[in-house]
Order: sequence, then structure tokens, then C-alpha cells
Amino acid sequence: MEWSEVDSLLEKYFNGETSLNEEQQLRDYFSTQVPAPHLQQYQSLFGYFDQAKVEECPKQLPIFRTVKPARNRMLWWSAAASVVVLVGWSTFALLQTNGTEQSDLGTYEDPKVAFEATQKALSMLSSQVNVGIESVQYIEEYQIAKNKVFKKPVAKQQGS
Amino acid sequence: MNQNEFLTVVLPFKDKLFRLAKRLLVSTEEAEDATQEVLVKLWTKSDNLQTYKSTEAMAMTMTKNYCLDQLKAKRSGNMQLVHTNYTDGAAGVEQTVEDTDSLEWVNKIMLQLPEQQRVIIQLRDIEQYDFDEMAEILKMSESAIRVALSRARKTIRENMTKTHNYGMERGR
Repeated sequence: MEWSEVDSLLEKYFNGETSLNEEQQLRDYFSTQVPAPHLQQYQSLFGYFDQAKVEECPKQLPIFRTVKPARNRMLWWSAAASVVVLVGWSTFALLQTNGTEQSDLGTYEDPKVAFEATQKALSMLSSQVNVGIESVQYIEEYQIAKNKVFKKPVAKQQGS
Repeated sequence: MNQNEFLTVVLPFKDKLFRLAKRLLVSTEEAEDATQEVLVKLWTKSDNLQTYKSTEAMAMTMTKNYCLDQLKAKRSGNMQLVHTNYTDGAAGVEQTVEDTDSLEWVNKIMLQLPEQQRVIIQLRDIEQYDFDEMAEILKMSESAIRVALSRARKTIRENMTKTHNYGMERGR
């Protein structure tokens, strides 16, 4: 490449107008030829670009071995926990149902006997329901006393 | 997506992530950490990676954002001393000239650029992305990228010419 050509490419380069292809030409020029004296100052610039492109990350990446298992471990723990909860709960429930079976109250075979027993039970219940109703009767006294004190509203109602 | 599939997707651009991170964070260790961080994030998203148009562009964006966040956190956390230790590339001309390795001082000159411009130079001049890809990574318009790129290149040239001329005079 001629100096003048390099000069005009450099001009474009510094104006941000070169294409990738033209930039490659510049790089090639500075890496393969002894540049003209006035261009020597750019040699290290393009040399630097070439050198900087090949630098590699020195650290290997073991991360994904640690990340994925960590995720899996989480999954396993939660699975184990849910199994424990399930087993615990179901044995508890099983014990409970066993308990109710032991306190079985029995049943009637004959519908007639069952009907009589039910009636008896219901009548016992209804006789107990009215217990205590007398004590509630006293509350009526409050109503009477109130009517004695507040005569006017009562009179008005009577008048109307 | 299992680990092997994920690695075949990720490995081709893993080093690009690292280089971008190093361009911003300067320290190799921090850049390694950033790369890992981004890849782990990508890994957690790996089940729907196929739905993204370009995994590489997304990973580059994530790296850029992660590193800028790191730098911001450092600055706000009174960690400035640690940071200026690294960016000491902005040192005096004398010191730059004393650097025997001329490539090393290009590196130092690049450190003087603002972060956005450093990212753009990294993507264009080192990784050789085309403008479409850069627009996707940076979420910027192509013209804005070109303007910033030109500005960055001119700043580098200015600083290099300064040190170059100074070195010449000194040599005489």
C-alpha cells in the first residue's frame, strides 16, 4: 500500500468512517511493513490492538459444576422435606382413625328398635331444651318497669 | 439447556467478555470475577437463551453494565484510592516515556479515555464488531457510536503524538 493511501485511510479512520475491512488493511499495513517515518507513531497503536485481541481469560470456568448441583441440591432437599412431612402427617392421620375405631359406639340391626331409640333420644333432648326458660321469664319484669318509667311514649302510642 | 450446550454457546465469546471487563476494571482479578458473574447470570437464564436474538450481544451488554456498576460502587464507597492506583496510567509524560514497552503505554493512554469511549474502542478496534452489533450491545444509535469512536481515536492520537514527540526530543 502507498503512503498516500495509508494517509487517507488514517484520515478516515480518525473520523470514525472506516469500514471493518479498511481497518483490517491498516492493521495489516502496520504489522507487515516498515511504515513511513511519519506513520511510525501509529505502529504501536495498531500493534497494541492486535495484541489486545488475543488476551485470554486466565481463569477456567468451574462455576457451572457448582451452580447446577447447588440448584439440584436445593431440589433434593425440598423433595426430602416434603416426603418427611407427608410420612409424618399420614402416620398421624392413621393413628387418629385407629383411635376412633376403638371408641365405636355400636349400631342397631332392627329398624324398629332403632326408631324407638331415636325417638327416646329426641324426647330426652326436647325435655332438656326447656329447662331454664323460667329464669328467662324474669327479663319480662324489666320491660314492665321500663314502661312504668317512660309513660309518655306509651301514652302517645295509645293516643294515636 | 445442559452444561455442555451452555458451554458451547458461551466459550466462543468468553474471552471477549473478559477483555471488555478488563478494559473497564483494569485489574485482571476483578475482570475474571466480572466474567464469572456475567456467565453465572447467563447460566440462570440459560433456559430461554434461544429466545434472545444474540446471546453474545446480550452477554457483552451485561458485562458492560456490570463493570460500570462496579466502578460506580467503588467510587461511591470511598474506594477511590484503590481505583486511582490502577488508572495511574494518567501519570506524567515522563513516566510514560520511561515505559520501555511501547504497547504498554498505548494501554495507559487508553486508560485516560472516559469509560464509554473505552468500551467503544474495545468493541470496534480490538474485537472488530460491526456497527450493527455495537448498536445492539451499547443500545446507542450508529451515528452516536461513530461520533464517540472518532472522538476516542483522536484523543488517543493526540496523547500519543504528545508522548511520541516528547520522546523524540528527549532522545536527541
